[in-house]
Amino acid sequence: MTGLRAWLVQRVSAVYMLFFITFLLVHFLVDPPTSYLAWRDWVLGRNVGAAASVFLLALLAHAWVGIRDVVLDYVHPIFIRVLVLALVGLGLAGIGAWAMRILWQGQS
Amino acid sequence: MARPVFFNLFQIQMPVGALTSITHRITGILLALGIPYGVYLLDLSLQGPQSFAELTRLFHQWPFKAAAVVFIWALAHHLLAGIRHLLSDIDIGSLLPAARRSAWIVNVGGFAVALLAAGVVF
Repeated sequence: MTGLRAWLVQRVSAVYMLFFITFLLVHFLVDPPTSYLAWRDWVLGRNVGAAASVFLLALLAHAWVGIRDVVLDYVHPIFIRVLVLALVGLGLAGIGAWAMRILWQGQS
Repeated sequence: MARPVFFNLFQIQMPVGALTSITHRITGILLALGIPYGVYLLDLSLQGPQSFAELTRLFHQWPFKAAAVVFIWALAHHLLAGIRHLLSDIDIGSLLPAARRSAWIVNVGGFAVALLAAGVVF
């Protein structure tokens, strides 16, 4: 990722997450889920499920840019740097796959 | 030519903006480390009524509440510092007096939100 694209990913994901977190906060203040079924139907509903999926992907992209910046600042030997970035990337991709499996369970 | 490097954070006099900035970074790392745990909690909450009830019980234990308050502080600071960045991208508050004021607002605001959260959960 070049500097400008990383900058843009960080901003766009940040603004989306800001809106989603506000939405979550308002929902939990106004109409907190009281039972397992209510919670499941809400989270896995089509609209909230899609918005939550976008949130998680935005979060992972945001985390990738941030951790990458930190690694580039502090890890200088090129081999270790590539290794650390590869591990972080793999880890984040794995978490993304896991999160999508949770959010889209039981959908064909 | 090699430049001298001095990174002893305990001896460097940090202006308030530097404190906001380093804390933005530290909270970012903390929040990133929390992602897998958050996804794990989401998974637990959706597995079935039993694990949902288990999670509800976990939420009522004080170590979890304490961790939640720390998490909320980290999130609040990171969010506020991020908003400060976005505003400075569009040239709001870039001059030093305003930047120092907003840095104070972010540092204190993060703690204020955490205090509020502590009041709600405890």
